[in-house]
Amino acid sequence: MARVEVRNVSLTFGAHKAVDDVSISFEDGGFYALLGPSGSGKTTLLRMIAGFEFPDEGSIHIGGEAVESVPVNKRRIGMVFQNYALFPNMSVAGNVAFGLQVRGEKGETVRRDVADALELVQLGHLADRRPHQLSGGQRQRVALARAIVTKPRVLLLDEPLSALDKALRTDMQVELKRIQREVGVTTIFVTHDQDEALSISDRIGILNNGRIVQEGAPEEIYDRPKSEFAATFLGDANIFAGTFDGTRLRLQNGEAIDLPSDARPANGDLRLAIRPERVRLVPSAALAESGSSQSSSHLAGTITRRMFSGSQSTYLVESGGQEYKAIVMRGNAGELEVGTPVAMQWDRSDLIVL
Amino acid sequence: MAATMTQENGLRKAFPLLLPAYAWLTLAIFLPLSAMVYFSLLTSMSPSEQSSSLTLENYAAFFSDPLYVTLLLRSLRLGLVVTLICILVGFPAAYVLAKIFKGRAREAIFLLVILPFWSNSLVRVFSWSMVLREGGILDTALNSILPFEVTFDLMYSYPAVVIGLVHSYLPYMVLTCYLSLQAIDDALIEAARSLGASRLTTLRRVVAPLALPGVLAGSALIFIPVVGSFMEPRILGGRGGTLYGTVIEDQFTAVYNWPLGAALSFILLAVVLVILLVSAPVLRKTA
Ligand SMILES: Nc1ncnc2c1ncn2[C@@H]1O[C@H](COP(=O)(O)OP(=O)(O)OP(=O)(O)O)[C@@H](O)[C@H]1O
Ligand SMILES: [Mg+2]
Repeated sequence: MARVEVRNVSLTFGAHKAVDDVSISFEDGGFYALLGPSGSGKTTLLRMIAGFEFPDEGSIHIGGEAVESVPVNKRRIGMVFQNYALFPNMSVAGNVAFGLQVRGEKGETVRRDVADALELVQLGHLADRRPHQLSGGQRQRVALARAIVTKPRVLLLDEPLSALDKALRTDMQVELKRIQREVGVTTIFVTHDQDEALSISDRIGILNNGRIVQEGAPEEIYDRPKSEFAATFLGDANIFAGTFDGTRLRLQNGEAIDLPSDARPANGDLRLAIRPERVRLVPSAALAESGSSQSSSHLAGTITRRMFSGSQSTYLVESGGQEYKAIVMRGNAGELEVGTPVAMQWDRSDLIVL
Repeated sequence: MAATMTQENGLRKAFPLLLPAYAWLTLAIFLPLSAMVYFSLLTSMSPSEQSSSLTLENYAAFFSDPLYVTLLLRSLRLGLVVTLICILVGFPAAYVLAKIFKGRAREAIFLLVILPFWSNSLVRVFSWSMVLREGGILDTALNSILPFEVTFDLMYSYPAVVIGLVHSYLPYMVLTCYLSLQAIDDALIEAARSLGASRLTTLRRVVAPLALPGVLAGSALIFIPVVGSFMEPRILGGRGGTLYGTVIEDQFTAVYNWPLGAALSFILLAVVLVILLVSAPVLRKTA
C-alpha cells in the first residue's frame, strides 16, 4: 500500500505526445478512475506507473521511492489486464501462486495465501480448473486474485470489465469495490465508461489528448466541471456559448441568460453549462396562463424529439437554431408531445460557468 | 455421445475439402511406398535375372551385420545433435523475431532466415565446402585477422556435417518456433513481469511451455530427415561421413541393390516412428 505520485510526466511516441506533462497523485488506499476518450493516453499513463513504458520526462514515485527507472518486476505492483492474461498452461491455483513462487515463497505459505486470495474472490472451489474452463467473470476474479495475492503497493487495472456484459459488469464493480476496501490497496482503474468511473471510484482523473483535464471527487467533477470537455464527457451537458456584457450572457441568436449570482466572469466570450436533468419544461400555453416568468431564466423552444427510457424521458428541444436536452422524471404529469412549444426553465444556481 | 455425433458430422462435412489432399497423398506417397515395400521383399531386382522371388533376407541383413546398427546409432546421434543445435540457435532467433522486432526490421531479418530455403540445397552444401576447407574462406579470414598462424580445416569432418545440416534445417525450427511464439499474447509476458518475474523466469515458466508445440514440431521436421540424410554427410563429411543414410543411398545409386536399400529405409522408418511414439506421451505431459 502506498501513495503514488506522478510529476510532470511526458511520453512521446514518434511525433505524437501520448502523455503530456501530467501531474497527479494517488493517495494511499484510494480508489482512482482514469477516465478519457479513446487515445487520450490512459493506458500509456498506467503503463508508465506499472513500468512497461518509461517516461521521457518527469518522475514517478511509489511510496516515496522514485521508480522511473525501476523495471516492472521490481516495482511491487499488481496489474489486471483487459483480456485477463491468465497463463493458459497453469491451473487457477497455479496462476495465483505464480507471483508468490517467483518471489521465492515456499510450499505451505504459498498454499495458504493462494487459498486466502481465492476465498476473497469467492473462487475457492475452482482452484484446479484451467483458465479456458472459466467464464469471463470468473477469469476476471482469478486475474484479480493473482494481482493482489502478492500484496502489491498499488493495483493497476486497464479496462478490466470492458469484456463483460452489462449485468455482470455491475456485479463485478461492486465486487471489485468490496475487495479493494478489504485489502486497502491503492487502486488505479482505467476506463472510458463514465458511469463506471462515477459509481466505483473515490476520485476521478479526466484525461484528454494526453493531459489531465480535471481531477477530483466524482460529485465535484459532475457538479463543477471546469471545462466544456469535462462537462460533456462526464455526464451530459447543454452548453450556452455567447458573450458576457457585464450583466447577462448574450447568445448568438439574441437571447440573454442570467448568470448565477455568485459568478464574476470577465467580459467577453463565455460559456455556461447546465445538466439536462436540471432543465424543466413548461408548455408555453401553461406559462402564459400563470404569467410567471421572472422567477427563473428561461428559453423558448419546441420539442423535436422524445426518448423514453423507463423511469425518465429525455426531450430534445430546439431553440434559436440550437438543440438542447432535458431529462424529466416521469411523475403524474403527462408526457409532452413532439411539436409542443415549451419554455426551458432552470435555477440560476444550477448554471455552471466554464 | 453428442460430442462424437457432432464430430462425425464435422468429418462428413470436411470430406470434400480433405479429398484432394488425400488423393494427392495416396498418389505421391502411398503408391511409391507400397512399391518400395514390394522391392524390399525381393531377392534381386536386376532386369536381366527374371528369377527373383520373395524373401525377408534383406531385413535379416540389417541384424546380421553390426555395422548397420552402429551406423544407425551414429545417424540417430547426429539427428539429436543437429536438432538440439537448431533449438539452441533457432528458438532465441525466433523469440527475437516474434517478440522484439517489429515492422520493417522483422521483415528484413525474416528474409535472412528464410534465404537458405530459396537456394538449391546442393549449391548450399558446396558453398559450405568452400568455406570450411583448408585454405578456404574461413581459414583465410581467420588467418588475416589473427596475429598467429592457424590451420583451419573443418572439411571432411563430423563438425562440417553438423554445420551443413544445421544450416539447411535451421529455418524449419525458426519458422515453427516463430509461429508458436507469435501466438503468445504479449499481455501474458507482461502479466508475468508485473508479478515479479525476471525476463529469464518469464521465459522459463510462461513463454517456453507455451512455445513447446512449435519446438516439438520443428524438432520432428528436422530430426527425421537428418537421420536419413546422405548428401551433406557425403559432400562435407568425407570418409567420416559414412552414415546410415549414405549406406542406403549407395544401395540405390552405386551398388544397385534396391531391395536392401528399401529394407534399410523401412527399418529406419520403423525406428523413427517408434521414437516418436515413445516420446509423444512424455512430451505431452511436460507440455
Ligand atoms: N506503442 C505505441 N507506439 C506508438 N503510439 C502509441 C503506442 N501506444 C500508444 N500510442 C498512441 O498514444 C496515444 C494514447 O494511447 P493510449 O493507449 O494510452 O490511449 P487510451 O486512452 O488507453 O485509449 P483507449 O481507451 O482506446 O484504450 C494514442 O494516440 C496511441 O495511438
Ligand atoms: Mg487503453
